Amino acid sequence: MNEKAPIWVGVLGWAVALVIFMPIFIIAITAFKTEQDAYSLTLFFTPTLQSFHEVFERSHYLSFVSNSVIVSFGSTFLSLAIAVPAAYSLAFFPGKRAQKTLLWMLSTKMMPAVGVLIPIYLLAKNAGLLDSVTGLVIIYTLINLPIAVWMAFTYFNEVPKEILEAARIDGASAWQEMLHLLLPTSLPGLASTALLLVILSWNEAFWSLNLSSSNAAPLTVFIASYSNPEGLFWAKLSAASLLAVAPILCLGWIAQKQLVRGMTFGAVK
Amino acid sequence: MKRNAMICAVSAATFAAAGFASAATVTIATINNPDMIELQKLSKQFEAANPDIQLKWVTLEENVLRQRVTTDIATGSGQFDLMTIGAYETPIWAKKGWLTPLNLPASYDVNDVIKPVRDGLSLNGKLYAVPFYSESSMTYYRKDLFDAKGLKMPDQPTWNDINGFAEKLNDKANGVYGICLRGQAGWGENMALVGTMVNTFGGRWFDQQWKPTIDTPEWKKAVTTYVDILGKYGPPGASANGFNENLVLFGSGKCAMWIDATVAAGMLYNGKESKVADKVAFAQAPIGTSPKGAHWQWMWSLAVPKSSKNQDAAQKFAAWATSKEYIQLVAKDLGWASVPSGTRESTYANPEYQKAAPFAGFVLNAIKTASPTDATVQKVPYIGIQFATIPEFQSIGTVVGQQVAGALTGKSTVDAALKASQASTERAMRQAGYLK
Amino acid sequence: MTQHVLDALPAGSPATVAPISPRRASNPLAKLLLTPSVAVLFLWMIVPLAMTLYFSFIRYNLLNPDQTGFVGLDNYRYLLEDPTFWPSIGHTLVLIGSVLAISVIGGTLVAVLFDQPFAGRGIARLLVIAPFFVMPTVSALIWKNMVLHPVYGLWAGIFRHLGLQPIDWLADYPMWSVIVMVAWQWLPFAFLILLTSLQSLDTEQKEAAQLDGAGPVRIFVYITLPHLSRAIAVVIMIETIFLLSIFAEIFTSTAGGPGTETTTLTWLIYSIGLQQFDIGIASAGGVIAVILANVVSFFLVRMLAKNLKGEYDK
Repeated sequence: MNEKAPIWVGVLGWAVALVIFMPIFIIAITAFKTEQDAYSLTLFFTPTLQSFHEVFERSHYLSFVSNSVIVSFGSTFLSLAIAVPAAYSLAFFPGKRAQKTLLWMLSTKMMPAVGVLIPIYLLAKNAGLLDSVTGLVIIYTLINLPIAVWMAFTYFNEVPKEILEAARIDGASAWQEMLHLLLPTSLPGLASTALLLVILSWNEAFWSLNLSSSNAAPLTVFIASYSNPEGLFWAKLSAASLLAVAPILCLGWIAQKQLVRGMTFGAVK
Repeated sequence: MKRNAMICAVSAATFAAAGFASAATVTIATINNPDMIELQKLSKQFEAANPDIQLKWVTLEENVLRQRVTTDIATGSGQFDLMTIGAYETPIWAKKGWLTPLNLPASYDVNDVIKPVRDGLSLNGKLYAVPFYSESSMTYYRKDLFDAKGLKMPDQPTWNDINGFAEKLNDKANGVYGICLRGQAGWGENMALVGTMVNTFGGRWFDQQWKPTIDTPEWKKAVTTYVDILGKYGPPGASANGFNENLVLFGSGKCAMWIDATVAAGMLYNGKESKVADKVAFAQAPIGTSPKGAHWQWMWSLAVPKSSKNQDAAQKFAAWATSKEYIQLVAKDLGWASVPSGTRESTYANPEYQKAAPFAGFVLNAIKTASPTDATVQKVPYIGIQFATIPEFQSIGTVVGQQVAGALTGKSTVDAALKASQASTERAMRQAGYLK
Repeated sequence: MTQHVLDALPAGSPATVAPISPRRASNPLAKLLLTPSVAVLFLWMIVPLAMTLYFSFIRYNLLNPDQTGFVGLDNYRYLLEDPTFWPSIGHTLVLIGSVLAISVIGGTLVAVLFDQPFAGRGIARLLVIAPFFVMPTVSALIWKNMVLHPVYGLWAGIFRHLGLQPIDWLADYPMWSVIVMVAWQWLPFAFLILLTSLQSLDTEQKEAAQLDGAGPVRIFVYITLPHLSRAIAVVIMIETIFLLSIFAEIFTSTAGGPGTETTTLTWLIYSIGLQQFDIGIASAGGVIAVILANVVSFFLVRMLAKNLKGEYDK
């Protein structure tokens, strides 16, 4: 592992990385072009913040960002709070039903959102949850819950059972067991679960577009207002896209070690 | 890792300049076109003058907007106090009792609003929406390219003329296409143009018994002409182009001709946004075998839903946004060529507007002569030029629009597309109870 | 940045010990802990499903709320008679299958590549995983306007540079365009999981094989791939769940067209319910989609049950 790979491996690796990254690179530079330059693919231009100024003038960017942050972190916290006990129960009280329960949970995610929009919309309306942050938090908690349970379950499963056994002999209660033994050992795993849930909620566009309008609108709604290239405005579109993607991209990059280690879904043994 | 964190932090700080949204009382659902974005910008002056009213904007792309406002108003959710809706929705929704009739102050001078536009937004003599701008359709062309080839555009071209010009002017090697037309599927996109073509080739959507007539020779002639001309002389990717995309293409000098909404004139003549400001000229929308229904009528207008809890404030803002004063404000901010067009006689009577907008009288005439009640050669049971004012039309137009776009890309033939359209339209009409 | 994160990983937790003092599943505590998750998910599933089922048997058009009443199976009949219905199921399967193939095969190859230590690997890896963080709407906008656009797009520019006629991707190869767009987002996800799995591969085993004179291809086929099979199964399962309801990419790029070339079942339901506002027929479509999802999940479960055997049999 420690010897360097041949030079062509490096060249190939970088080539692949650049090709995959290219589309993001394009919006990143287009965002700093003028509208006239935006239509040519040139790399040589005078960067300008003009598009960003116009986007800020038009939209309350911070309000969208703060909604995105509240909704994605709020729902992630709530999902984990419900999912961790369930995963604990499934992992450490294994019964015949554990596997079935897990798979059933995942299957609820297969229900197409478009098919149930009107029922959910009517329910939200009657509950007064249209265009409310609470409403979105509830929806995201529910759609992410199965993934949360499953991931937490796999991390708990990886905890060496001897340790638990020893603790039980010492008379530790289930609560102590969870708090002092399990959570510390599976914390890295739970952190990557949380990260994945935040990413998924941040990028969810169907429910947010349909159930929020202004007070609760997250960045997906912000992007929808720039979504058709209106007239000669590609630079603005790029600036808005960059603004919508940048926070989560930064978070993902900073926490990428967590992701690279943690996204196992029980697949690594 | 540290570096990443730093880049992120610095960018976050740079962008933190924007303010927080303030609490609002009037929530406005609107479309993301340049006119509405200008309104959003200038509305700060309204808020300054009316400190008790605060505005919240929900700016959406046309399809999403339509979906959101329809769901909202049909379920009585009351999320929006003011909605941007079109010529199609207004009479239908007014009839269902979903909209509040407007109560405008005398200073609004309602009679200054161009009559056919006012009529299109009224039901039983009551006005249910105020027009923000209205449009018809016309032919734009590049005078320089026509001159270079020694061609002359008649004032009233026929589709035959257009076909000939497109062939001669098509210069793909230099990235100039003979013609740009709407190709994107949608009842408000490609079907707006195709609808007028059907009219002018003598066709109609339904006969007097509400039986669809999409499999008739008139339809075939219209759609074949459309597919041929755009397929042969149009830009690549025509099937994805709507109004906005074509505006970009024509504005950047890639099309020799373009038949589309009259509102584009203001943008094309604006040298800051368009590269062809000094080269563009215009003529009437082309005709086929009859002049009837060759140019469409559309208005984006503001309406107050019954479910709104802030009716008065919403009406007050709607009146302000469509007033003479607002037009003056835009003129001051952007110049007269860019003011909302097609709404008020006083705009067209203004010498400054006439000077800045050489197309003014022409557009006014197009808007005044577009007649939703007399748009077809044969009699029809519906009102409307490029659409029929019945609730089912939206669904029918969507499906037929998809089929026509399919024919345009060559994925199916015109015959097959029309046959499929006829079948699905018959199905829809039977289901809705028009046909037994 | 370039430190070998993966080396730091434990080479896999010790083999599980025999089941320990099983607190029974009937244990009230186990139930108590599990109940909130199960209960909310059950409600989340059953309430909308019941409403959808109800709507699918009545006449319910948002634009025409006055016309109501029980219509029996009419909504289902209209949907099944719709000439786009069966093709839409085909499109759904083609889309899911292709994206899975591209992301799993591509993801494996890229993961193998990034398992090699090369200069700047850490940063290159950041670039590879980036698409996974991009929201689908934005990704479709980028692809549609800046990469695939036949006049201004990156590809058109490259083609013109080479003296070729630019291709109108979204009109001529609409399904492929959508597939590439979606695969671009999911390949990084597959890459992440597969890379994690690769890095847990015992290097001694590989070295032993190398000593025995096995070439890299043989090592890949006989050692690496079997090791990855479980991770691949997981990737397939998770991606299928998300791909079944893929929506934003189609909405932003092709809107189901041209014609009905990219109309998937999800898009068809959307188009009927929220563009044409016929909730009755759309609900019938929703019910059918739920059935389809269950069929798919049935096969998935079998496949996974085989692959994850060790996981659940403890």
